[in-house]
Amino acid sequence: MSSNDKKFTPVQQEYQTLAKKHEPKRPVLINCLKAFLVGGLICIIGQAIQEMFVHWAGFDEKKASNPTVAVLIFLSVVLTSLGVYDKIAQWAGAGSAVPVTGFANTMSSAAIEHRSEGLVLGVGGKMFKIAGPVIVFGVVAAFVVGIVHLILNPHELGGGS
Amino acid sequence: MLMGKQTWKFENRPVLIGAATVVGPDEGDGPLAADFDLVHPELDMQQKSWEKAERLLMEQASEFALNNAGIEKEQLQFYVGGDLMNQIISNSFAARTLGVPNIGVFGACSTSMESLALASLMVNSGASQYVLAGTCSHNCTAEKQFRYPTEYGAQKPPTAQYTVTGAGAVVVAATGEGPVVEYATIGKVIDLGIKDPFNMGAAMAPAAVDTIQAHFNDTGRTPKDYDLIVTGDLASVGHPLAKELLLRDGVPMDDTTFKDCGLMVYDVDRQKVQAGGSGCGCSAVVTYGHLLKKVAKGELKRILVVATGALLSPLSFQQGESIPCIAHAVAISGGKE
Repeated sequence: MSSNDKKFTPVQQEYQTLAKKHEPKRPVLINCLKAFLVGGLICIIGQAIQEMFVHWAGFDEKKASNPTVAVLIFLSVVLTSLGVYDKIAQWAGAGSAVPVTGFANTMSSAAIEHRSEGLVLGVGGKMFKIAGPVIVFGVVAAFVVGIVHLILNPHELGGGS
Repeated sequence: MLMGKQTWKFENRPVLIGAATVVGPDEGDGPLAADFDLVHPELDMQQKSWEKAERLLMEQASEFALNNAGIEKEQLQFYVGGDLMNQIISNSFAARTLGVPNIGVFGACSTSMESLALASLMVNSGASQYVLAGTCSHNCTAEKQFRYPTEYGAQKPPTAQYTVTGAGAVVVAATGEGPVVEYATIGKVIDLGIKDPFNMGAAMAPAAVDTIQAHFNDTGRTPKDYDLIVTGDLASVGHPLAKELLLRDGVPMDDTTFKDCGLMVYDVDRQKVQAGGSGCGCSAVVTYGHLLKKVAKGELKRILVVATGALLSPLSFQQGESIPCIAHAVAISGGKE
C-alpha cells in the first residue's frame, strides 16, 4: 500500500500544522475576479468574431459557431507559440484555462514542448498529455448525462435528427 | 576525518582554487548578475532543446572553472557532478565533453554541496589532486519533467518556486590559493509528510534544520562561528519555517546572518518567481558566483552552505507519496588564519 494510507506521526502532524501557518493563502477572491474578467473578455471576443461571421460572411448563428471556435483556437495557439499565453494564465487563472482557448493551449504547449522527442513519439504521443484526461472524462460524462436524459425522456428514443 | 556522527573534518584543507557560474536571463536580471561569469540572454541559448541548453550551461561552467583555477583539463583527475534530469543526463553529457573520470551523484537541489563534499573528501584523503565539482539546472527542463509544458497556462500558487537556469562548478585542489573547505555534514533523508510539490520550501525546511543541528553537534561550533549560514532553496515559505524550528530547538540563529540562496538569486518582489528560486543551480550559482568571491575578498570570514534537496520524482508524487528531503552542509572559510 502506498504511504497515503499511513497515519502521520505526531511529529509530522505538528510540523504540517506549523507549515500550514506559514503558507501564504491563495488570493481566492481576487483570483475569482480576475478569472471572471479574463474569461468574460475571451467570451466577448468570441461573440464579436461570431457576429462578424454572421454579418459579413453570411453564416447563420448556429453555423457561425464552428469557424468562431476555430479562430479562437488559432489565436490561442499563436499566443502559446509566442510564449505569451502562460504569462496571461498566471494572472488570469481559470479565466484563461476554462474557455476553448485554454484547451487549445494544453494541446499546443505539449506539442511544442515535446517536439524535440520527434514527430511520432513526441508531438503525436504527448500532445494529449494534459488534454487527454479532459477528453476522456468529458466523453464519459456526456455519455452518462445522455443515458440519464434518455431514461427521463424515453419518448425521444429513436427520434433521430 | 569523521567527526561526531555525520561530519567530515578536512584536516588537509582542500582549497577552492577556481569557480565559475553560467546563468540564464532571469538570473542575469537579478541582484547577483555582476557575480556570474556568463549570462545567457535567451533561455534556449540557441540550442535545439531545453536539455541541450542545460548541458551547455554545465559544459561552459566547467570550462570557465578550469580557466579561473588556472589548470589544464589534463591536470583535472575527477569530475563529481549531478543534476535534476532523469538519469542525470546533463552531468553525463557534460562529463562526455570534459573527458575526465566521472562520479555522477544525485541529491536533487542539494547536489551542489553533495558534490563539493565528495570532491573535498577525495582531495583531503589524497585520492586526488584536482577534482571538479559541479551541478546545473534549467527552468524549462525542470518544468517539463516535473510539472507541465513550459508554455502551458497553469496558475502557480504563491508557495511555488522558480527553478534557476544556471550551472556552477568549482575546482577543489590539494594546494593553492583560495577559500578552504573545513567541514562537510552529510544529511539524513527527512520526511515530515508534506505532499505538495508546489510547496517544496516547507517540505525541505526540516531537512535543513536537521543537518544544521547535526553540524553544530558534531563540530562543537555554534552559529556565532559563521558570518553567514545560507540554505539552498527554501525560499520565502521554507526559510522562515527553518528559522522558527531552529530557534524553537534553542539554536541561537540570531547570532549569525541566516539567508537563503533562493531569496538571494532573484529580486523576489520584482521578478515573477513566486516564493523564490530553486533547483540544483540555485545554491550552486549563489555559492560559487557570489559567496566565494566574498569569502576570497575577506568580506565573509566563514560560511556554512546548507544545500537542500527535495528527492521526489514525478512518479512518486502522482502516486500520492510525500516528499523525502535532504540537506548537505559544507563549511568554507577564507583560509587565512
